[in-house]
Amino acid sequence: MKQKKEFDYFDRPETIKKLWIMLYAICGLLVVADFFTHRHPHFGFDGFIGFYALLGFVSCSVLILFSKLVALVLKAKEDYYDK
Amino acid sequence: MISDFPPAAILILGALLVPFFKGNAKNWYVIILPAVAFYLISQLQIGSSWQVHFFGFDLTFLRVDKLSKVFGYIFTLNATAAFVYAFYVKDSTQHVAALFYIGSALGVVFAGDLVSLYFFWEIMAVASTFLILARKTKKAQAAGMRYILVHVFGGLCLLAGMVIYITETGSIAFNAMTDRNLGTYLILIGILVNAAAPPMQAWLADAYPEATVTGGVILSAYTTKTAVYTLVRGFPGWEILIVVGCIMTIYGIIYALLENDMRRILAYSIINQVGFMVTGVGIGTMMSLNGTVAHAFCHIIYKSLLWMSAGSVLYMTGKSKCTDLGGLYKTMPLSLIFGGIGALAISSFPGTSGFTSKSLIIDGAIHEHLVWVWLVLEIASAGVFLHAGIKFPYFVFFAKDKGLRPGETNKPMLIAMGFMAFMCIFLGLYPQPLYDVLPYEVHYQAYTFNHVVAQLQLLMLSALVFFLFLKLLKRTETISIDTDWFYRKGGRLFYYIMDRGLNGVNALSDRAIARAIPAWLGRFSRTPVSSMVTLYMRATGKDRRSIEDFRREANPEATTLLPMGMPVFISIVFLFSLFVIFAFF
Repeated sequence: MKQKKEFDYFDRPETIKKLWIMLYAICGLLVVADFFTHRHPHFGFDGFIGFYALLGFVSCSVLILFSKLVALVLKAKEDYYDK
Repeated sequence: MISDFPPAAILILGALLVPFFKGNAKNWYVIILPAVAFYLISQLQIGSSWQVHFFGFDLTFLRVDKLSKVFGYIFTLNATAAFVYAFYVKDSTQHVAALFYIGSALGVVFAGDLVSLYFFWEIMAVASTFLILARKTKKAQAAGMRYILVHVFGGLCLLAGMVIYITETGSIAFNAMTDRNLGTYLILIGILVNAAAPPMQAWLADAYPEATVTGGVILSAYTTKTAVYTLVRGFPGWEILIVVGCIMTIYGIIYALLENDMRRILAYSIINQVGFMVTGVGIGTMMSLNGTVAHAFCHIIYKSLLWMSAGSVLYMTGKSKCTDLGGLYKTMPLSLIFGGIGALAISSFPGTSGFTSKSLIIDGAIHEHLVWVWLVLEIASAGVFLHAGIKFPYFVFFAKDKGLRPGETNKPMLIAMGFMAFMCIFLGLYPQPLYDVLPYEVHYQAYTFNHVVAQLQLLMLSALVFFLFLKLLKRTETISIDTDWFYRKGGRLFYYIMDRGLNGVNALSDRAIARAIPAWLGRFSRTPVSSMVTLYMRATGKDRRSIEDFRREANPEATTLLPMGMPVFISIVFLFSLFVIFAFF
């Protein structure tokens, strides 16, 4: 007896590849869209094309790396408090 | 007039009747109560009040202005949805505790004076503890105990501050505090404990994830948001709050990134979100205060939605650790879609309520030219998408399929989630109804081309970073040590030191004073002469053996060289005769 095929679209490697391409494309398009905005920087240094893209990229990278750093001190086994 | 009745009373008095309802009637009853309260709040006239004279104070149980009304709306709206979600819960205790909790939160929001505010503040702490204890696990009980102790501490700070404040000003009215002295700072600390501000923030991520499925949904909304309300009312423009708020936003992200338990991720993200609101209060302009209130309003909706989504996963699978979950999109697609909408809203994705509310706070910082504050808020906005926007749905519903096939959750849960998801999108596309009920007039347009592009750049690049760094973000079966270490491990250390320290002194005193010294004194008084001679001989360096020989041979006491009995008898007779003479003559 053949079982009903499960919906597993997001498990397939080709889907994941498609999603990666989409993600890069969206990021690229958003930076391109920046050429069509009226630049009026709030503080002077935030006026260049793709400022928010750079801010997002850098701050998230730093946040992740920083969290890995503090994890060295702060991570503990799940039964830490039970001992 | 009936409509001038404090809305808190409807829920608190209504809670008392819950045990008399059976089966589904009980659930319908608890859904209808907050809905009625919502209607009555909408009928309250701005400026009306309801006072009671009590112990020489005029207690104002009802103060209606735009600020109290908007919090009243969202508290009752959220309560209605939460009780729909909790339709499967037949346990009266949980419903009564929840109604007391929500009712007293309304009490705080509508309280016009410090005394009644404090009264409801404390009911809130106690009632909420029952929502944690109701999980009935050992961990939940321990977390509940720690939770109530922290809140008792916060309550005491608040009380001490209020006593000082009332003595100084002679008034119990609760309005914006202008004096900065011990009294107002203590009040501020008491409130900040409830807002989960560092260093007293660990209770939130410690206790909420141990609550029941529905308890978590309800808890996520009220304690921190009444604290936000109290800050908006009492402490607008206190610059220290900018610092506190900025720390909270970053703190929440870092811990949420480290966390493995999905409900704990959401708990840390509450701290992050409240950080935005606290910052808005600190900036203190009309725009940023509007932003804080709007953000609190939207936050309650999407955060409840996220807790509902996580709750339905916990309800169906019994698991809440990311390492145990994954691949649930196959069997719980609706929970995923609704939770995903909440995740987009918390990340202030354009088109959702977070976008139309948080932008007010960030623009408030820009208008005041607070460059660092603005930068921190933007960084934190990017980080929200990392930890709550993507991490939560990704590890729970996608990631590695762990073979769980629970099936979709029950209908009432889905209806509640669907309603909240609708609200997130509705307020995201058409925020005007919300802007109309904010305390100050709003002249703001979130949807400009620039703003949308900037926000999307920030978020999509964050998403890119998430997937590029996915290996680093892989979940491990660990917990992260937080400031609750000081009262969990530190408490034990304190106990150990006290045990060893004080009990050591005890044992030493016991050995020295209670046993050794009296024994020696006893020996000394029985054989004073030989004892003294022994001491002398020891001091002059005679060895032990010759001392013993001397004592055995001489034995001065035994030879009645010194008749001890007689002098003692004479002294007693003498003292007694003195007593008789003084007493009777």
